[in-house]
Amino acid sequence: MSSFSPGFRGRARSLADRLPPGQYPTEQFPVLSAGPTPQVSTDTWAFTITTETGETHSWTWEEMMDLPQQDTVTDIHCVTRWSKFDTPWRGVPFDAFFEDVETSADFVVAHSYGGYTTNLPLEDLLDGKAWVAHTYDGYPLSPEHGGPARLLVPHLYFWKSAKWVRGLRLTHEDEPGFWETVGYHNYGDPWREQRNWGD
Amino acid sequence: MAMPLAWRRARLDERRPQTATARTLLFTVPGWPGHLPGQHVDVRLTADDGYQAVRSYSLAAPADADRIELGVQAVADGEVSPYLADDLPTGAEVEIRGPLGNWFVWRREQTEPTLLIAGGSGVVPLAAMIRAHREARSTSPFHLLYSVRTPADIWYGEELTDHREPHLDVQVLYTRQAPPGSPRVPGRLTATDLEKPAARLEPTSPVYVCGPTGFVETAGNLLVDLGRDPATIRTERFG
Repeated sequence: MSSFSPGFRGRARSLADRLPPGQYPTEQFPVLSAGPTPQVSTDTWAFTITTETGETHSWTWEEMMDLPQQDTVTDIHCVTRWSKFDTPWRGVPFDAFFEDVETSADFVVAHSYGGYTTNLPLEDLLDGKAWVAHTYDGYPLSPEHGGPARLLVPHLYFWKSAKWVRGLRLTHEDEPGFWETVGYHNYGDPWREQRNWGD
Repeated sequence: MAMPLAWRRARLDERRPQTATARTLLFTVPGWPGHLPGQHVDVRLTADDGYQAVRSYSLAAPADADRIELGVQAVADGEVSPYLADDLPTGAEVEIRGPLGNWFVWRREQTEPTLLIAGGSGVVPLAAMIRAHREARSTSPFHLLYSVRTPADIWYGEELTDHREPHLDVQVLYTRQAPPGSPRVPGRLTATDLEKPAARLEPTSPVYVCGPTGFVETAGNLLVDLGRDPATIRTERFG
């Protein structure tokens, strides 16, 4: 018998293989943001990759929509402990953006409208693992969930899937982003429960 | 490399009702490292078969040695909150990990006028800021706008509404039903509600907004429309 929380029973245990440690499943789509929601128009939206040499590659909304589109259905995991199964997205895989980008950088810092940043190893964006997502469940992505477009990096905690994304900066050195600077783990693998510094 | 945060034993000393479904829980946590107002903790429950469930709860008061205070709103059909609100026996233990969150915090060194905007149980971390402000005898103006459905939904009762502190203003906004004689017609937060409080702020003054997602979205958008710099608005959402 547990010495903690006597009488606590909890919910069904059947999700164990699909739920990372310390997470619980939700049917809702909660929101985590550090500040107000930026209102970004697709008329002025642009996505820019800046390489370590300063070379830039930019796409307008229409140019982004002309790139190869992919549908993906995936589980997402928020560091605030909810997980949501089978979320349906449409977007552009990063492999399409990087087709003509020459780089030897190992890291990226994603920048968002509104000033948010987050850092990732470049390899975590490539080989079909990540997208710029603009559609959720068949509808344009709403502003509070990061619309018009956000990163979708479902194998990491969801703060890495930067909302309102406007660009990537490629770097040789790993540069901690917004949450990574105030206490969140630098990498954020939900299956290794990398929530906070030191985890 | 930072040290991992430890899970600590936490004994429930006392439970106080706040509303029909909201509770204050007072725990003793030996070895508690202290925290900043606005921070939260993870609470871990363990069932007899070893199954564990973890949820985050805001700290409602500044650190008092190894005593901490949490605010728990029982969510209908919730896995954890109804147990904490009503079933965990006094004297029994849970595990707690924290403090967490280094962004939605107020520090006593801050001197600018500060606006706090709470929706429902979003008042909990803001109450910690108000209590810390009081403990520090801070003379920086604090203004709380607190949106609740009815008078019965107010947390911390007279401590908030019957205050006599010169540097704290509290204004309750009722969305469904206001006390008799209230000048404001019950309804959701509007630009009019925010105009005067926002006018008292300096350009760099922080605004802290905590509540359900829809409430925080509305408040954030209204503040930006009133010309507040988005970088000065800190938000914490739930649900």
